[in-house]
Amino acid sequence: MSEMKERKDYTKGPLCLSGRGVTRIFGSGAKANTAVDHVDFDFHEGEFVSIVGESGSGKTTLSKMLLGLLNVSEGEILFQGKPRDISTRAKRNEYWKGIQAIFQDPFASYNIFHKIDAVLLDCINMRGGKNLPYEKKVEMMTEACSFVNLKFAELTNKYPFELSGGQMQRLMIARIFLLKPKILLADEPTSMVDACSRATILDMLLNLRDETGMTIIFITHDIGLAYYISDTVYIMEHGKFVEYGKADEVILNPKAPYTKRLISDVPKIHEEWDLSTVDLSDDQY
Amino acid sequence: MGKVMLEVKNLKTKYITRFGEDVYSVDGVSLKIEEGKSLGVAGESGCGKSTLALSMMGYYFPPLHYISGDIIIDGQNISGMDPDKVRTTVLGSEIAYIPQAAMNALNPTMKIIRFLEDVIHAHEPKATKAEIRERAEERFADLGLGKEVLDRHAVELSGGMKQRTVIAVSTILSPKVLIADEPSSALDVTSQKMVIKMMKEMMEKGYIRSMMFITHELPLLYNVTDDIAVMYAGQFVEYGTAKEMVFDPLHPYSHGLMGSILVPEEGTRGMNLTAIPGTPPNLKRPPAGCRFAERCKYATPECFYTAPAEKMFGENSTRMYRCLMSEEALRAKYAEEGGASK
Repeated sequence: MSEMKERKDYTKGPLCLSGRGVTRIFGSGAKANTAVDHVDFDFHEGEFVSIVGESGSGKTTLSKMLLGLLNVSEGEILFQGKPRDISTRAKRNEYWKGIQAIFQDPFASYNIFHKIDAVLLDCINMRGGKNLPYEKKVEMMTEACSFVNLKFAELTNKYPFELSGGQMQRLMIARIFLLKPKILLADEPTSMVDACSRATILDMLLNLRDETGMTIIFITHDIGLAYYISDTVYIMEHGKFVEYGKADEVILNPKAPYTKRLISDVPKIHEEWDLSTVDLSDDQY
Repeated sequence: MGKVMLEVKNLKTKYITRFGEDVYSVDGVSLKIEEGKSLGVAGESGCGKSTLALSMMGYYFPPLHYISGDIIIDGQNISGMDPDKVRTTVLGSEIAYIPQAAMNALNPTMKIIRFLEDVIHAHEPKATKAEIRERAEERFADLGLGKEVLDRHAVELSGGMKQRTVIAVSTILSPKVLIADEPSSALDVTSQKMVIKMMKEMMEKGYIRSMMFITHELPLLYNVTDDIAVMYAGQFVEYGTAKEMVFDPLHPYSHGLMGSILVPEEGTRGMNLTAIPGTPPNLKRPPAGCRFAERCKYATPECFYTAPAEKMFGENSTRMYRCLMSEEALRAKYAEEGGASK
């Protein structure tokens, strides 16, 4: 084990995004399906939050509501202490300047007809850099690319599909670096890249947080990864948060049976992996 | 030493692209799996893991082409066999394959029983539907899937169920070797565990006699397989038992790979992840020297023009690594760095 990294405590900062009784119900009447069920949360500025749960636990529905892509059935979301208002297009665009997302599938995240330059230039223009001289823009793009260990000179005039999955995901982070939103929502950004690129991407997200002080909401089903990267962990089961708290407390000393099961289901290196806890005739999985 | 179920000797295959260029995706791989044993293959995306699996089945279709080498399944050499003959005599009964996108492998318009009829008919044209159903029901019940699954369509099953169904269908003829290509990468942890448990049970009950498991999740390999091979740019760079590979990796690449493991255990949080910079070489023009040299921290000028051979080491010389540096020199380097790996 090499030397321990010092991490600043970000969980005491001012509130950035919070929710009170946030609920989403799909369908109605007898077929109503509550995907997210009265959840409360407080995300602070600069905090690295993970939302962990299995497939179908409501993680993605929650993230879509946070992004404003889905309406909230009940409850409210507060952005920087004030109720979030995204009722008109202009207000929604304003909100999206403060919140950005990285999605699971990097191959589906880019417009295949746009070159990488266009992707990055778009970000600069959106941040009000439309009238900057081109040299200045190139300088900014080069800086953003070097932040994610890519070389802009090699990328210019290429299309996104000429890159590997890990490189595409890193380019996504370069975009976020240029946009500097208040909140970044990362929905399983590493589940489609291999273990080696995953480490690079995680370290870049941590650097991004330290450099810009943005709140990062990380959605994942990999509890080991959540433990490594986050300050706070929320465990989600059937649309509810069954447990939340500091990463060390939740992972090393889990209280909820669901959390215990999730942890026991991850293959370990230093402990025996107990296969007898699963029942093959269980129809749910 | 048990009976050798699968032996691959110096297998070389290539892709021919639409511009007529050759891509040497599997370049001299040798391996051996004994009865009742499993081999894990680890490596990053694009290193040739899946191509190796496809090549081992002897089922070549353009753009994949066979160059040289032997594939011996239980004494029978299948390399260079006619693809149609491979389909009716080898696939399914000798060697079975679970593809990476198994979730999408089932035709949504067909009931599960139809896939089983398809598989069995290819090998036993005379089998009747009633016989097939009886065999399928027995096998499915034994694997905890329930015989009602047989009359369902793929869309009615959850991700984990679909994956287990695919495994049950592809192993209905009790193959000697099962090649599982990332069977659990798209599943959450609980479903993944069920898939693994089912595969282990199949092994115990003798439905499959040996297994090759491909994934990039190292903690999983450590818990599932007996041996681990690390693949890089079309070649195996290191080979050993699971325990040796995880706790004592020797090749600089496997060393880096083991440093990127994340598990929910104490100490993970303060760990420095060791990411390997750079990207794998372009296999259209494989480098003349060591393929890892460009990304290797310890590379010397010699590494760039001398290709390392496979070297055996360890107790009874059962481990293999492919590096110009000696075992002692590499260990000294790692010790110098403060033993970043556990």
